[in-house]
Amino acid sequence: MIHSLLAATDVTIGSKEVLKGLGAVGAGIGYGAAAIGPGIGIGIVVGNAITAMARQPESAGVARTTMFLGIAFTEALALIGFVVFILLKFT
Amino acid sequence: MPILASLNFPPIGELVDWKHFGGIPGLNKTTLLVVIAALVTLGLFVAAGRKRALVPTGVQNVVESIVEFVTDGIILETMGPEGMGYLPLLVTMFCFIFFCNIFEVLPIVQFPPTSRMAIPLILAVMVWVLYNAVGVRRNGLFGYLKSQMIPPGVPAALLLLVAPIEFFTNIILRPFTLAVRLFANMLAGHLLLVTFAVLTDTLLFHNSVVFLKPVAVLPAAMDVGLTAFEVLVAVLQAFIFTILTAVYLGLSMHTEH
Repeated sequence: MIHSLLAATDVTIGSKEVLKGLGAVGAGIGYGAAAIGPGIGIGIVVGNAITAMARQPESAGVARTTMFLGIAFTEALALIGFVVFILLKFT
Repeated sequence: MPILASLNFPPIGELVDWKHFGGIPGLNKTTLLVVIAALVTLGLFVAAGRKRALVPTGVQNVVESIVEFVTDGIILETMGPEGMGYLPLLVTMFCFIFFCNIFEVLPIVQFPPTSRMAIPLILAVMVWVLYNAVGVRRNGLFGYLKSQMIPPGVPAALLLLVAPIEFFTNIILRPFTLAVRLFANMLAGHLLLVTFAVLTDTLLFHNSVVFLKPVAVLPAAMDVGLTAFEVLVAVLQAFIFTILTAVYLGLSMHTEH
């Protein structure tokens, strides 16, 4: 019994695997958290652009261009989160 | 007994490199594809400009519609008529990035060179030097810095807080996000396609349970759908990179607002 207790508390066994697993968990949670804000943000941008297009169909071209710009700026945070995910997971 | 052999997802280095490719230093899949994209862009415009018909046909028709799209959709909406001098830069930039991106879904090649950080980074550094040079030449160094750091209508007490933030976002963060946006979009698309291809392969060929093999249809269908989506992303990212370049140039040129 003492032997098994010692073995159970021996933190050196498989600590590399544990660290790798924790790194993967952190990468997954980190990317998921980073995607929440930009997801909501892109929804707001596109929703308002559609409202603008429906109200003034003649200015749909301007609204579409501005919408893509807004998406590009909002998306940047999610993409930085994705890069962090790649760095955590694959390096 | 495991139902599936473990999913053999290749390491990331293997996905963005081309193994067994020659022994020439500096020549790999990425550089080869970049050179091909540049040559295709060059060839497209040379072929279109060789004989200028009044009523365009074939290649000339395609190129004229690209030029028209960049003129109407990008330059006139962001910089106005005085930005027409940047038309050659923006058109070639759009075509080059588009050809780099479309290699992602081209059969056999299936790798976008823009998913290596170096290519978007060099493009972004080019844009960064250009828009700063344009701003400094138009307004002088201090006028340009003032226009970038002090937004109009901000009370003087807040300037201590606002000016460093504006400087950081406008001068330092802009090229970084410009490069990362293109890079991360293309790498994410590439990884998505690879993931579903690996999943299909595992279910079909490394699967010990026979009645699970038809399930491989699902990831295969997903791969087809994602390929179509990636074509859209390739066009959209080329467009966004070009229009952001135009927006930054426009902000350096018209500093009064």
